[in-house]
Amino acid sequence: MNLLWLQSGGCGGCTLSWLGSEHGSLFRELADEGIELLWHPSVSEAGVDEARELIEQCADGRTEIDLLCIEGSLLRGPRGTGGFHRFGGGARPMIDWVRQIAARARHVVAVGSCSSWGGITAAGMNPTDACGLQYDSEATGGLLGPDFRDRTGLPVINVAGCPPHPDWITETLAALAHGKLGAQHLDEYGRPRFYADQLVHHGCPRNEYYEFKASASRHSEQGCLMEQLGCKGTQAHADCNQRLWNGEGSCLRGGYACIRCTDPGFEEPGHPFTTTPKVAGIPLGLPADMPKAWFIALAALSKSATPARVRENAHSDHLLRAPSVKRTKR
Amino acid sequence: MSTRRIVGPFNRVEGDLEIALDISDGRIEAAYVNSPLYRGFEQILQGKLPADALVLVPRICGICSVAQSSASALALADAAGIEPPQNGRLAANLTLATENLADHLTHFYLFFMPDFARADYAGRPWHAAIAERFRATAGSAPNQVLPARARFMQMMGLLAGKWPHTLAVQPGGSTRPLQSSEIFRLHRTLREFREFLETVTFGAKLEEIAVLASRAGLEAWRGRAGGGDLRAFLAVAADLDLWHLGRGTDRFMSYGCYREENGRLFPPGLWHGAAATLDIAAIREDITHAWYAAAGLPQHPAEGSTLPVAEKDGAYSWCKAPRLGGQVVETGALARQVVAGHPLARDMIEGYGASVAARVVARLLELALVLPAMERWLAELAPGQPWCITAPGADETSGVGLIEAARGSLGHWITVRRGRIHNYQIIAPTTWNFSPRDSAGQPGALEQALAGLSAGATEPLPAAIHHVVRSFDPCMVCTVH
Repeated sequence: MNLLWLQSGGCGGCTLSWLGSEHGSLFRELADEGIELLWHPSVSEAGVDEARELIEQCADGRTEIDLLCIEGSLLRGPRGTGGFHRFGGGARPMIDWVRQIAARARHVVAVGSCSSWGGITAAGMNPTDACGLQYDSEATGGLLGPDFRDRTGLPVINVAGCPPHPDWITETLAALAHGKLGAQHLDEYGRPRFYADQLVHHGCPRNEYYEFKASASRHSEQGCLMEQLGCKGTQAHADCNQRLWNGEGSCLRGGYACIRCTDPGFEEPGHPFTTTPKVAGIPLGLPADMPKAWFIALAALSKSATPARVRENAHSDHLLRAPSVKRTKR
Repeated sequence: MSTRRIVGPFNRVEGDLEIALDISDGRIEAAYVNSPLYRGFEQILQGKLPADALVLVPRICGICSVAQSSASALALADAAGIEPPQNGRLAANLTLATENLADHLTHFYLFFMPDFARADYAGRPWHAAIAERFRATAGSAPNQVLPARARFMQMMGLLAGKWPHTLAVQPGGSTRPLQSSEIFRLHRTLREFREFLETVTFGAKLEEIAVLASRAGLEAWRGRAGGGDLRAFLAVAADLDLWHLGRGTDRFMSYGCYREENGRLFPPGLWHGAAATLDIAAIREDITHAWYAAAGLPQHPAEGSTLPVAEKDGAYSWCKAPRLGGQVVETGALARQVVAGHPLARDMIEGYGASVAARVVARLLELALVLPAMERWLAELAPGQPWCITAPGADETSGVGLIEAARGSLGHWITVRRGRIHNYQIIAPTTWNFSPRDSAGQPGALEQALAGLSAGATEPLPAAIHHVVRSFDPCMVCTVH
């Protein structure tokens, strides 16, 4: 299958994340999965006139596109003209190119939260009237409309994340190339379920602190980040602590909050990103599927049962107390 | 009679770029650089809590993400009147250096060198070998470099959780305390990257590169056996005379970067034939030829505004035109090393001035200069000592954060009123280098560098133009933001 990648109103970070793939060279990885990179703005040889000619061929159907990847928000402003982003080398707005090529592509993949829902570019006053391909924040619609389906009947596939993990992108493309990605493999937001059916909480190395509600109150402390520092790992859909980032990383492993960047609307949480919103001392965002009364009861119980080791280590930036050594009884 | 030719999309630059060329008698009479994407981060930031800037600003740019975080953290620290503890300072240096070095590597191997593999050069004696090595996506070099780069970026997994877009870089230090075994793993990763650079990129010890002091010395070094991709580039540069291509303003600026216990690894300054004082207060942003509503005279970024307009007479870019004391300056690795006084950098601009070759060599030189500093910073980390202090929030304050990203000088200016961001202005490296004209009609640095080059009205764009454009390592998403 061939692949055309276009960048719209984003930062290019999805591409940079993707290039960090840790399964050898990304270019060879793609070839091995049967994907031919027709054009990508950051890595392809063809530039200016050659690139324009190639993209015009994709738009008018002379070249058939199997996989269309769009990175970055779709900028509809000012006043619906799309003038905040004109594709280089002509006066035509990027949103027109995207509409035209998406209508012909076999599959359309939104790479990252910007092209999925609007993302960071839609934050604040959303000065450019940014949206996603098939979502405008949480509402279906976006640039292509709620009824958009590709030539095989699939909606836009949202590889959401800011940025997405390199494997989320490649695994999605490989599944499409091998004919192994159907509607049943997408969640209600059109995200591939292979990563979106997990919670960021799964595999968090701070789990013992979470169990005992031994919470960090300041950055660089080792405790759980949920109660004070804004972490949404218990609600966020992604496998970040199972499929690690850049070797052995993740946001939580980096000591800062999960900001739920795979979800629509994450850019406007309605509270400071790194401060947990609370009512009467109870965090507003409870863990997924957890009844509130039970959370409160368990939190009270676990706090009273917190071992001194866990309590003290939670407020330190290094280990103060090591776990005790159990001797085998003979 | 000149002919207007619009060229774009320029690829293998970060983001969107289009250039209008006025061509007369087979030469570029005038170039007009257009940054065709506006996202409005300065508008998005207005009204936000100051600390939330740390989530928003890295997402200005996927390739200079940590640089944006670092400038913001410095501006917030300045506004709060705090300085991170030693571990926080060292972690900030290591994180920024990892990104800057990875960006230099990415530029050389993925963005810049593939142009020499193009069929344009099929007749040159070096073409077959260069094409095998550097052809975009297919060459042996990109396929060798991507895994090495990914391995090096594992620094980020430990230092910053992930890359791009971390929240580990805070005004008070780092959210990520490192323990001794983690420092050991970082040390091993750095040593592996050193080995890669010494065997693949340089064919020489980093220290051997770092002490090169002149162009003659560089050429003598090239003549010695050793291999490596720098030697391959130098051979091409000599054959195509890339030392006399792409001169800009020859006024070089650097904000300085990598804080040491005293001073900075690379000190700030201005160079124009000789060292001059860098007066930050003399920066103004001119919007005469940019699609923004005029707010009187050009403004200092601390008082700047960003009000996009759909149409404006004479405007041709979303990029503002920053000027230093009314002058166009060039920024980047070459400027940084010229200002810092590296003898090779100074010698490379003697005579002709800045060039495609000098800019590229300066980037590779920085790989050799900064990696040993990273090894030293890593050794200076002290587990058990503090990593981060809390920044007290002031309701009425302002701050400035000036750093050096891979591509040059990056500044953030923040004003806080009633606890919210009242104004947030950003000038990125490529805003300087790829600026449009100003009210005096002075072209920006790239516009100057392109003027006079050969080009036809209809035939394929000469490769030399690609080299000049990419020699600045432009980051267009940062440029307008």
